[in-house]
Amino acid sequence: MAKHEHPVAAFGWAARDSSGHLSPFNFSRRATGENDVTFKVLYCGICHSDLHNIRNEWGGSTYPMVPGYVNFELNFYNCIAALTNSNALFNVWPPNILRHEVVGVVTEVGSKVTKFKVGDKSCANDLENYCPDMIVTYNSKYNDGTTTHGGYSNIMVADEHFVVAIPDSLPLDGAAPLLCAGITVYSPLRYYGLDKPGLHVGVVGLGGLGHMAVKFAKAMGLKVTVISTSPSKKQEAIERLGADSFLDSRDQEDMQSANGTMDGIIDTVSAIHPLQPLLGLLKSNGKLVMVGAPSKPLQLPAFSLLIGRKAVGGSIIGGLKETQEMINFASEHGIVSDIEVIPMDYVNKAMERLERADVRYRFVIDIENSLKIAA
Amino acid sequence: MAKAPAGQEFPRKVFGWAATDKSGILAPFHFSRRENGDEDVTVKIQYCGVCHSDLHMIKNDWGVANYPLVPGHEIVGVVTMIGCQVSEFKVGDRVGVGVIVDSCRSCESCHQDLENYCPQAVFTYNSFLLKDMSKTYGGYSDFIVVDQRFVVRFPDGLPPDAGAPLLCAGTTVYSSMKYYGVTEPGKHLGVCGLGGLGHIVVKMGKAFGLKVTVISSSPNKEAEAVERLGADSFLVSSDPAKIKAAFGTMDYIIDTVSAAHSLAPLTALLKVSGKIVILGLPDKPMELPFFPMVMGRKLIGGSNIGGMKETQEMLDFCAKHNITADIELIQMEEINTAMERLSKSDVKYRFVIDVGNSLKSGS
Repeated sequence: MAKHEHPVAAFGWAARDSSGHLSPFNFSRRATGENDVTFKVLYCGICHSDLHNIRNEWGGSTYPMVPGYVNFELNFYNCIAALTNSNALFNVWPPNILRHEVVGVVTEVGSKVTKFKVGDKSCANDLENYCPDMIVTYNSKYNDGTTTHGGYSNIMVADEHFVVAIPDSLPLDGAAPLLCAGITVYSPLRYYGLDKPGLHVGVVGLGGLGHMAVKFAKAMGLKVTVISTSPSKKQEAIERLGADSFLDSRDQEDMQSANGTMDGIIDTVSAIHPLQPLLGLLKSNGKLVMVGAPSKPLQLPAFSLLIGRKAVGGSIIGGLKETQEMINFASEHGIVSDIEVIPMDYVNKAMERLERADVRYRFVIDIENSLKIAA
Repeated sequence: MAKAPAGQEFPRKVFGWAATDKSGILAPFHFSRRENGDEDVTVKIQYCGVCHSDLHMIKNDWGVANYPLVPGHEIVGVVTMIGCQVSEFKVGDRVGVGVIVDSCRSCESCHQDLENYCPQAVFTYNSFLLKDMSKTYGGYSDFIVVDQRFVVRFPDGLPPDAGAPLLCAGTTVYSSMKYYGVTEPGKHLGVCGLGGLGHIVVKMGKAFGLKVTVISSSPNKEAEAVERLGADSFLVSSDPAKIKAAFGTMDYIIDTVSAAHSLAPLTALLKVSGKIVILGLPDKPMELPFFPMVMGRKLIGGSNIGGMKETQEMLDFCAKHNITADIELIQMEEINTAMERLSKSDVKYRFVIDVGNSLKSGS
């Protein structure tokens, strides 16, 4: 029973089945170990992955689930079963990803913890994002076999290594989504060399990830073009977010006018979409970086890669050191996520709106003030 | 005997073999080439490799064939004439001509010696020269006239017949390996497909000091791959258990397969941050599963032949490491049979036409 697995009582909201409906849930956390940091959760961002997971859209969800991350370990086994039946191989190799946009205040530190002291603002964050033995913040198993529960809860305990510090200059609510959305776009901008002033980068999709990509890329001195299926987002993109230009991806002429102009593209879109027009936008040696997670394979025309020596790469969140670097960069440049703060009991409505992309651009749950422990 | 269409007459008579429709049947063909200009080199052709692209082109698989079409872009021959501005070559030199015979010379790619990525690159055959829009005809012919920038010195240490395929296959492989960093000793390279390109990947991979695994759907190629070509291991792609056991073990995979195939198994074989380099040109899009790309920060990139400077570098590298193609030398009149066999991948691993000794003008 989740309530009695560990010594410290905890309370949160969990999904009980694949309807994804969230409701109050009593469970427990481990006592603060010598390397642990325990903190009281103040804010938790709602990542689109949370929606996919509570509805078991990627398979492998186990209930009850207090959201905050994505579990791919079970997906791996599901895929092996598919393999023997149909000869369809694909790799959902762990590392799994731990996505979690939790911000809190340290309430207890283990005896060997040096990075934090009680009262520090901190975020519980992802474990090293490409490690095969990663444990994910929710819907995963600790080494003792107990289930991990995520940030829609009042307290969290995490190993010091996996907690990052937030500078005072960043507002906690706007900073929460940096821990997933922020690092997810920051990491590939750095890794794929799309971080040098004067380069031209395209951002496909203007949502939780997309708006962060625009902000980071502008702060790095790049020229930014937003590529979107919604022409209505143009004004927002340019006047409010600071993008340099906008392309309507459903307008072939518009797209073709920009052919061969971009050094890179960050594609945040999870819906199935054609890659060829995006590859056409790239200059020679350009890179299309996928950070969205389409549920079906996409179609890649080889010709579009060979002509111009172009590449398609993937990226998921970032390592801990990099996440801290990203937070510091955000603090230096005044970058936070555009958010809508909601009380805990609005979460189901928020999920419905998220599904319709009806949010600018991340919901953040005000855990501290609205998560009331049920009697 | 077919002749070039009117309006394409040049002063020098040439003889070759051409395809005249999408049956792809090649037959004797008289045409003409330009005078040797100030920057030009005339090359008497000794050998010409039969590239799989030649087959695609004569059959109009890519829909761009302009008949009559004289294929051939893996040319080795001897210089018989040079223009007054030519300083790099002299009469009697052995030289090579590859896939490109001109480019704009002014774009960023051209300035970086990457003429192969110039948007106005002119191909050795089935293309149109920039200066006068005349059609280009390839190496299944007795001589060719080429601007000196697009001619390379053929090293003395390399046999001209077995070295001919390097002008396309060799530079395609070498350029991709240099760009994607597939040159670090000790790293593990998978080679998908064991044909004209694939067997060169094995040889170059070993020369760079990599561990090389051949990935193939044909179990009967194992002995060949390991014992003769020097690959370290062999993986049968149709065996799910063997593939699963190799998950996450390769730093790179070079995919040379031109039949349509899914990239899913290949992405699984890569380590985190691994790269797949696509050299083949399947005519249908490939299926790309996203999760493994995103989860493992993997990359899939293309590469297309090579620039002139790196083609010279590649030939010198091959001379140093004694790398040549494995070939079957054929006479010009055997070309149609060879094309049929090539369409069934029945060759180890490149046909090379003995142009110098077998191309005889009938009339």
